[in-house]
Amino acid sequence: MEKWMLLAAFALLLMAPQTAYAMHIMEGFLPLKWCTIWYIASLPFVVVGLVAINKKVKENPKLKMLLGFAGAFAFLLSSLKIPSVTGSCSHPTGVGLGAILFGPFAMSVLGLIVLLFQALLLAHGGITTLGANTFSMAIVGPIASYYIFKLVKKAGGPNWLAVFLAASIGDLLTYVTTSFQLAIAFPSEIGGFTASFLKFMGIFAVTQVPLAISEGLLTVLVINMLTVYSEEELIELNVLEREGKTT
Amino acid sequence: MKDKRFLMKNLILGLLVILLVVFPLVTIKNAEFVGADDKAAEAIAQVDKNYKPWFKPIWEPPSGEIESLLFALQAAIGAGFLGYYIGVAKGRKNVNR
Repeated sequence: MEKWMLLAAFALLLMAPQTAYAMHIMEGFLPLKWCTIWYIASLPFVVVGLVAINKKVKENPKLKMLLGFAGAFAFLLSSLKIPSVTGSCSHPTGVGLGAILFGPFAMSVLGLIVLLFQALLLAHGGITTLGANTFSMAIVGPIASYYIFKLVKKAGGPNWLAVFLAASIGDLLTYVTTSFQLAIAFPSEIGGFTASFLKFMGIFAVTQVPLAISEGLLTVLVINMLTVYSEEELIELNVLEREGKTT
Repeated sequence: MKDKRFLMKNLILGLLVILLVVFPLVTIKNAEFVGADDKAAEAIAQVDKNYKPWFKPIWEPPSGEIESLLFALQAAIGAGFLGYYIGVAKGRKNVNR
């Protein structure tokens, strides 16, 4: 009986999109109740993000290009499926950069756009799970990145370290959130939520560790570039001090 | 001079990333390197045997080739804009010098 069940599950898996890779919660793999909850949870953040972006761009139209830059970075990084030590693949999120530059909420909008593109064109993630995926990748990740950046700076840490920790821990927390979302929707019969949470953490978070480090390094690399070529904008956004100390 | 130093730094950062990517490929033998979400689907099937995905993607890339085309396109759009931005910023900087 058990075997048949497993076979049936596998058959289902074969019918499920073979092509889906990486990390978002797949289309249809979250019960309707939870899809709705996460949609509702994400909505206010996206609205706040839109308002924040508008305000920033109105104050300084020059920043529009840099906003595009942050979006493009997320677009590029989330298209790179990178092998990890667990023997499976996942991809970085690239949202830490935008959070460091534009504050905790701006990336909710840009992240949503990236996720929508992937859900519609790549069958990667999904429309039903868009709320949940937005919450993990475009809300929790960036908010964590922003505050970690501020905290390390406040503690007197060097710029590069603040950027590295912000981007890498933000990336990691995205996947911890994904694990949490799946565990709460699928509590294990034995061991309940905790057992499930550990199971999903083993899949998502552990896979993500080297990728989070990569994302941290890449974000430092990009901030270095911006420090050299776009210093004025970074000073305006309070990422750099007037002195323009390179990281 | 500052520019030279930063190039060195970024080269080293880039190399570190490449090492991180190559490391699992070299050290882990017979790994399949499937996506983490496929693994998650298996895990869901283990936790709740009766769970059936209740929604299918509206459109799926008809083949792996088409899918890699779209992923490449996504990367290209992203990388293209990054390059464009840095180019414009660099040009502006040179003019102001």
